[in-house]
Amino acid sequence: MASDSTEMRRPDERVRRISPMTRLLRRPEFGAIGGAILVWLIFALIAGNRGFLTLRGTANYLEVAAQLGILAVAVSLLMIGGEFDLSVGSMIGATGMIIAVLSVQFGWNIWVAILVALVFALAVGALNGLLVTRTRLPSFIITLGSLFAIRGVTIGVTRLVTGRTQVGGIKETLGYDSASTVFASALQVLDPSSSRVVYANFPISILWWVIVAAVATYILLRTRPGNWIFGIGGDPAAARNVGVPVDRMKILLFMGTAAAAWLVATIQVLSVGSADTLRGEQREFYAIIAVVIGGTLLTGGYGSAIGALFGALIVGMVQQGIVFTGIDSDWFLVFLGAMLIVAVLVNNYIRKRASEAK
Amino acid sequence: MDSRPHNPILEVRDISKYFGTVVALNGVSMHVNPAEVMCLLGDNGAGKSTLIKLLAGVHRQDKGEYLVNGKPVHFNSPRDALEHGIATVYQDLAMIPLMSIARNFFLGSEPTTGRGIFRRFDVRAAHRIAREELEKMGIDIRDPEQPVGTLSGGERQSVAIARAVYFGAKVLILDEPTSALGVKQAGTVLRYVAQARARGIAVIFITHNPHHAYSIGDRFTILKRGRTLGTYTKDELSREEMVAMMSGVDELERLEHELREFRDQDAQRLADAIHDEEENYG
Repeated sequence: MASDSTEMRRPDERVRRISPMTRLLRRPEFGAIGGAILVWLIFALIAGNRGFLTLRGTANYLEVAAQLGILAVAVSLLMIGGEFDLSVGSMIGATGMIIAVLSVQFGWNIWVAILVALVFALAVGALNGLLVTRTRLPSFIITLGSLFAIRGVTIGVTRLVTGRTQVGGIKETLGYDSASTVFASALQVLDPSSSRVVYANFPISILWWVIVAAVATYILLRTRPGNWIFGIGGDPAAARNVGVPVDRMKILLFMGTAAAAWLVATIQVLSVGSADTLRGEQREFYAIIAVVIGGTLLTGGYGSAIGALFGALIVGMVQQGIVFTGIDSDWFLVFLGAMLIVAVLVNNYIRKRASEAK
Repeated sequence: MDSRPHNPILEVRDISKYFGTVVALNGVSMHVNPAEVMCLLGDNGAGKSTLIKLLAGVHRQDKGEYLVNGKPVHFNSPRDALEHGIATVYQDLAMIPLMSIARNFFLGSEPTTGRGIFRRFDVRAAHRIAREELEKMGIDIRDPEQPVGTLSGGERQSVAIARAVYFGAKVLILDEPTSALGVKQAGTVLRYVAQARARGIAVIFITHNPHHAYSIGDRFTILKRGRTLGTYTKDELSREEMVAMMSGVDELERLEHELREFRDQDAQRLADAIHDEEENYG
């Protein structure tokens, strides 16, 4: 290789061999992958004999992780691009309700309802992005506003149209069967750990989660827009100077998080069979926590979609794992909060060690 | 004064720029030829920054002509200037510390491979080209994947220069590239400037350090209070004359005088203080 011969030809005291370990540590998702293994080991030790290690237990936490992970992956791209989206939780409630009201109340084919919900999500995402890029206000403020506004509109309109805040009967709507195959089917596996005939259900949302993470990672690492996302998060002025369409990219990223919320809402509505105006509450914070645990820098310009996938896995394992340990699940929030802070400290430490100047 | 026959690649004639009531530039003329380093010298407030921003397409002049290859141009944005081959490397670098060298190098102009939806960022080519181009400039990077934040200030400047050269800069405007650097690092950057000149690029080198200017420059244009004091070739101007012209000899002498006075006053105050102490406790 040319690069090797160069190093041979000109030995330089400034050239330091980079160990494969440093290379690994330099990956932003390293902490999250290590953390996921650690969390799994801890629960395997504490709750291994109480069902955590069974296929059913695994399917259980993977389902939780998948729904959060779809959201977290999209949010990770946005956060690498230097912005926040606090409105994704409300967006889950809104799009879920659009699907339910249109299909149940108005008798539309559910596929059309799902499509309308997607258009709505993309439009609101674009509006978030436009407001952020036009006003130059922090996206934290803009999307904090849309967090409340979207939730309010969802509750208000649903009550006006249906007189209730919950809409059921999704399973009787037109086109439900095919839609539920795509968004809410499950792979049934006979659980060998039980003496009785017990099946573990692996929902298709797990597949969506992996697909979304794979596509996001490809975009981020192997496309021009991916490079721009790092650039606009790292230094928007510098990116603009070299011709990166900063505003357009940001708007697209906001549309991406809104679309992820729509996907989660579709999966939820079809698998539960109903929609609730309050669905998705606080999901925006869970998503940010998963992204940050995944190694993405809060200030943008650095991070990973794979990390977000593993961040969501950690949150899912802890949330469901606690149930298996027999500890009151009220304590989950304490773990979540502590984990967030520890993860940021560990990630900062690793990043500093890996990218420190000589 | 400069009397060589010239076919400048970039030239401004009698250019003026006002900001409200402030006259930032007042009838400034200068030009730069291919394969030449033209140093633009001046103290703070001389109008250097305004002139660079004007050349880079950030500002537009209120009076005067801006010619590229002998033709008048009107730039509306830095992008326009870039398209004419005029690249500016700013002091604050426009490099993103957390991104790798290769990703920084190609930001906004990434090489791609494949077609349609399979069109993707050719990471391998990016690494190879970044390494090769930096090598051509004599910059020895260890690993194109390492974050720019791990490079020293001089190395970062050098990468920024190499990037401008690779993307076809014919005129390279360097805004104080050495001012924040140590002696050794400044030397490194000056060497890359010489490399760029050897490749036929016209360099406008902005500095207020006469020593850096004198070691690399072919010609020197001195700005003071928004006006040109003149353009000189190296043999027309000694280093001392240059320093004197930049700040004004009388000003330097006045400064020295003031400093001496401060020193005398301090000495007097100290003596008084000691005297007081002795009176109180003595």
